[in-house]
Amino acid sequence: MKILTAARMERCIGCHSCSFACARLVHKLLSWNTAGIRIASSGGLSTGFEARVCLACDPAPCAAVCPSGAMVARKKGGGVRFKRDLCIRCGKCAEACPVDAIYLDLKSRPYVCIHCGRCVKFCPHECLELRDSEDKNPAGEGKP
Amino acid sequence: MIRDYFKILVVDLETGTGKVENIEGRDIYIGGSGLGAHLFNLYGYPERPWDNPEQPLIFSIGPLTGLFPLMSKTVCSFKSPYHDQFAESHAGGRSALALKFADYDALVITGKARRLSCLSIGMRHLEVRDIQFLAGKDVFTTGKILRKMYPGSGHRSILRIGSAGENLSAMACINADTYRHFGRLGSGSVMGSKNLKAIVIQGDGSFALPENKSYPEVYRKVYEKMTATDMMSKYHNLGTAANLSTLNELKSLPWRNLQATADEKIDNITGEKFADEALLRNGACAGCPVGCIHIGFVREKFMEQNQYLYRQVAYDYEPIFSTGSMLGVTDPFAVLGIMDEIEKVGLDVMSGGVALAWATEAFEKGLISEKETIVPLAFGNSDSYKKAVMYLGEARNEFYKLLGSGSLVAASKYGGEDFACVLGQEMAGYATGETFYVAESLGFRHSHLDSSAYSWDQKHDTKDENEICDVLIAEESARSYVTSMVACLFGRGVYTLEQLTECLESVGYDKIAENMQESGDRIQALRWKTRFDTGYNPDKIKIPKRYLNVTTWKGKTDPVFLDRLKEKYASRIKELVSAESLKNLKIDIKSK
Repeated sequence: MKILTAARMERCIGCHSCSFACARLVHKLLSWNTAGIRIASSGGLSTGFEARVCLACDPAPCAAVCPSGAMVARKKGGGVRFKRDLCIRCGKCAEACPVDAIYLDLKSRPYVCIHCGRCVKFCPHECLELRDSEDKNPAGEGKP
Repeated sequence: MIRDYFKILVVDLETGTGKVENIEGRDIYIGGSGLGAHLFNLYGYPERPWDNPEQPLIFSIGPLTGLFPLMSKTVCSFKSPYHDQFAESHAGGRSALALKFADYDALVITGKARRLSCLSIGMRHLEVRDIQFLAGKDVFTTGKILRKMYPGSGHRSILRIGSAGENLSAMACINADTYRHFGRLGSGSVMGSKNLKAIVIQGDGSFALPENKSYPEVYRKVYEKMTATDMMSKYHNLGTAANLSTLNELKSLPWRNLQATADEKIDNITGEKFADEALLRNGACAGCPVGCIHIGFVREKFMEQNQYLYRQVAYDYEPIFSTGSMLGVTDPFAVLGIMDEIEKVGLDVMSGGVALAWATEAFEKGLISEKETIVPLAFGNSDSYKKAVMYLGEARNEFYKLLGSGSLVAASKYGGEDFACVLGQEMAGYATGETFYVAESLGFRHSHLDSSAYSWDQKHDTKDENEICDVLIAEESARSYVTSMVACLFGRGVYTLEQLTECLESVGYDKIAENMQESGDRIQALRWKTRFDTGYNPDKIKIPKRYLNVTTWKGKTDPVFLDRLKEKYASRIKELVSAESLKNLKIDIKSK
């Protein structure tokens, strides 16, 4: 299984192109919120940026608390699949996420990264990387 | 298409309430510049002074904001404290996208709050909160405190003013998200006059995209042009600072209050020098993958035993010209140190630097002394400039109060009008020749970006005023269209009319794509009409004598040609608002 990692966020310039790509290509929306990856400044633009994105927990706490079977753990490699039709919009998944990676829109619909990697090629500085979940020591991690 | 009309929010600071209005005219006024002028005609009072509480402060965005890369700017329209006429200032940062995702095409602010306040808006909220405790706080401290008070990190825009805005300086800017600015012509003081210290715009909405295959494909194509080709490299590589050496070479870079146009010390403050020694990292406006924001650092020892502090300062060509060559300061870190002080008090860096250059020459000539300036001013003395900037922002005494109203205002009391580098407002950094002097002096924004005059001068030395005016008027029309979209002008190489048409059609704005030429002409005329309604008279604008002493690669300024060109350009601008022209363009707005 592949997972998305925000491996080189020191390079991030805050353009939000990744979030727009996810919203546009995965969710067919224009947004920087309703996306599987969201960019926040970590205390103003002077302190750089951080990505709010699924870290592919294994087991996934969001799936564990989902009462309706909408958030389901992937078979291996961590991360979840989201079945929109089954979601009752209780918001427990977002509450359970330890890194604020699940976004609830104004109608409490959750948005989470599905590790498809479509955002990767829209990052102008190669901050993002789609890699094999088995790879515990990826080439880009932590490198500027 | 999200909607075929404008949805705007009109906030009255007096009552702390707002009203959502749906305004027709999307196909005619488009957004940005066009919408700003239209809204001023609906909500403004041309005959009342700029600080009348009812005058509107308008922020407007375009039909493609957020939908395509580099559609990332906001236009601020207001009546200027500099000349009490209708004006515009543009900024990037996050404000455009925040406004888009708050679901408004424009924000109109009227009235005056009883005490210093912050306006906060989003898709689901509107609040005017008393923040009197931030009175006198600098721009950075204000930003830090507001970030704690309001939610939405990363997806909000924080616009705020410093002491210059609170003191109603004609040079006060609005700081947009720390590193960008609504810089020129004093919009910061319009906020100050309204007791509005800050505006927080939270972009918390999202929109359905058109269900076609065209939009993602057109987006991909534009994105690739912006990132995978070298079309934008000059903006993200050295940035606009690359121009310093080019203009110095062309004998067109103002030095020491324009007493020279080239200097061998240029090597210390080139774009390369800043990149090699002072560049910390790059940043971007939200929605722009180019990342033209160059952030340098200043490091200061504040205590013995190696105790240092550091700050981050965004630089560009114009800030380096105005606090570097214009002030004779030739150390990158000293230049950044002055910029940093200017940022804190919330002054427009170009206006502030050029005004201090005039003050320095006036000091040297004995027209003013330390009685006025408090610190001795001398070209190259960055420590004095850092203090002078603070006094200017704070309007510390009568001299600095007058200087904050414009160099010519101070010169009318102390003398030295001949060497005030004022072209409508304190000059931009292009001593390129007669075309630029005339174009900036008379131009709508008194900006080098009104037209391509500075570029023309660098390539031509013909003296055909008719040909030049044709170019300037046509270029201004084209730029009026682009600044109504509201695209960053750095993207103009990619956003050709063909490309814009494709973009607009992919999201259903076919009507805006039609008749681009006519739309540009109409918006150009509408802006000028609004300007004339508020008192603009090109015949009253004088070009100071200093410009007659300037020597560029083309030689010395030709005073006869300068006058001829000025007269012709003034007549061409007047033609734009003739009854016949307005009728042809179907402009029939009744101002209040």
